Amino acid sequence: MRKVAIIGVGSSKFGVRNDVNVAELAFEAFKPSIEDAGITPKDIEFVAVGSTGAGAWYEELLPAVVSAEYCGLTGAGLLRCEAACASGSAAFATAYWAVASGQAEIAAALGVEKMREIDTPTMMEWIGRAGYYLWEFHNFGLTFPAYYALYATAHMARFGTTEEDLALVAVKNHKYASMNPIAHLQNRITVDDVLSSMVIAAPLKLFDCCPVSDGAASVILASEEKVKELKVDTPVWVAGIGYASGTANMSKRLDYVGLEASVAAAQKAYKMANVTPDQLDVAVVHDCFTIAEIMAYEDLGFCKKGEGAKLIREGQTEIGGKIPVNVDGGLKAKGHPIGTTGCSMIYELTKQLREEAVEKSRQAPMKNYIALAHNVGGTGHYCYVTILRR
Amino acid sequence: MAVMPSIKSREVKIVQDIPISKTLQFWEALKQGKILATKCRKCGKLYFPPAADCSNCLASDMEWVELSSEATIETFTHVVVRPTTFQQEKPYTVAIGKLKEGVRVLAWLTGFKLSEVKVGMKAKLVAKLTPEGRPTYEFTRPE
Repeated sequence: MRKVAIIGVGSSKFGVRNDVNVAELAFEAFKPSIEDAGITPKDIEFVAVGSTGAGAWYEELLPAVVSAEYCGLTGAGLLRCEAACASGSAAFATAYWAVASGQAEIAAALGVEKMREIDTPTMMEWIGRAGYYLWEFHNFGLTFPAYYALYATAHMARFGTTEEDLALVAVKNHKYASMNPIAHLQNRITVDDVLSSMVIAAPLKLFDCCPVSDGAASVILASEEKVKELKVDTPVWVAGIGYASGTANMSKRLDYVGLEASVAAAQKAYKMANVTPDQLDVAVVHDCFTIAEIMAYEDLGFCKKGEGAKLIREGQTEIGGKIPVNVDGGLKAKGHPIGTTGCSMIYELTKQLREEAVEKSRQAPMKNYIALAHNVGGTGHYCYVTILRR
Repeated sequence: MAVMPSIKSREVKIVQDIPISKTLQFWEALKQGKILATKCRKCGKLYFPPAADCSNCLASDMEWVELSSEATIETFTHVVVRPTTFQQEKPYTVAIGKLKEGVRVLAWLTGFKLSEVKVGMKAKLVAKLTPEGRPTYEFTRPE
């Protein structure tokens, strides 16, 4: 396997994007990414697209094809990756493998998702079915907030984590989203706002949940040889990728206080990158619901199991703390266009590592120039952990 | 935000026929008030939900066994905002319970006030037919 660098990134504005269709949205992320890389679409040999809702919450069945045509990529090797909410990371990993193996010199990972073309109950229906339809949705109507609420209840019972602790995650992530012009939710909120918001699936309330967002993100990857040839100023190297999966049935997980797939994927990524958690300068973690961020702290080794709430209470995951987490607003406030999120995480970390987070107020201080992205699909069904190094 | 111009896609109604021939005994037993699991005759692994094939040793030689009704609740949630096809239901409580045989079951929990539901409490797993005649199972208050 050869060394692979990120040489260009781009993102659309996240939010309710009923002004554009799926291909137009992909273009908004793709164009800045190739301008950033200093290449043309014809230089890209292979494209992996992350998108989940094809034919369900938006109309196109083959979003990779329509997006590629619209972006001038027709002719390149092409596929769509499905790993639920980790589809963007699966696309990134696939593009990485294409270059690392020597098959391609330049590849693109494109995440694109349109979630706001259908009504909210139908969205709850589709996503709720994305667990194990036959055994956990058909008779029982589990929604995604409900699946994560099962984790929240168990974590609270085992470790004494409180609803206020969960609220602190939302407050922090809204704070950083308010400094991020591409974020979906840019309003600052308080613990009381979270606690008094409507119950969605107890103990989770509206402000414990990420919004339903549209958005796209694009990442261009290249071999070391190409990096030299293109004279890329600040390549960001892929240091490690870890991956794992969990059972389809939630009832078959060993416990409900963490995600086994996160632990396994993180161990693989740390080993490949030869990095330990204390060397990380910044991280983006999968905070689709507030409890997910607290479990991620523990599963990724930022603290011991059961001490996630302590980390947020002490402000250790803010800029100035031990490990700044989700300084782009996270899924919680930047938004979570499902198949886009993995590529969007790489977009953010690349900007952080290059120290060009447009808003200096949310630039994490760099010491080792090492960053981690953690992207979960489903309720721990899939997990990808990516470690980048400048 | 202003309403953006759009066109409506063509409408489709989706209903899938989900095959249950390999677990038919399970669905039939629910109507008789019994909850069945499958057990691999080769490696002994117990499956709930029931499976016709063993993901542990890949054998396809299963026997049907009836499960006990005694469960310990490991976690739960109360679903207030419901999906389209559950709009006609009142908010419902979903729990995961561990049976004494070691398998876990995810199902609705009924017969308790929400404030009474605690992690670690005992519940009874029962088979039932919904008013529309759909076979299912749920946790309820032990006698």
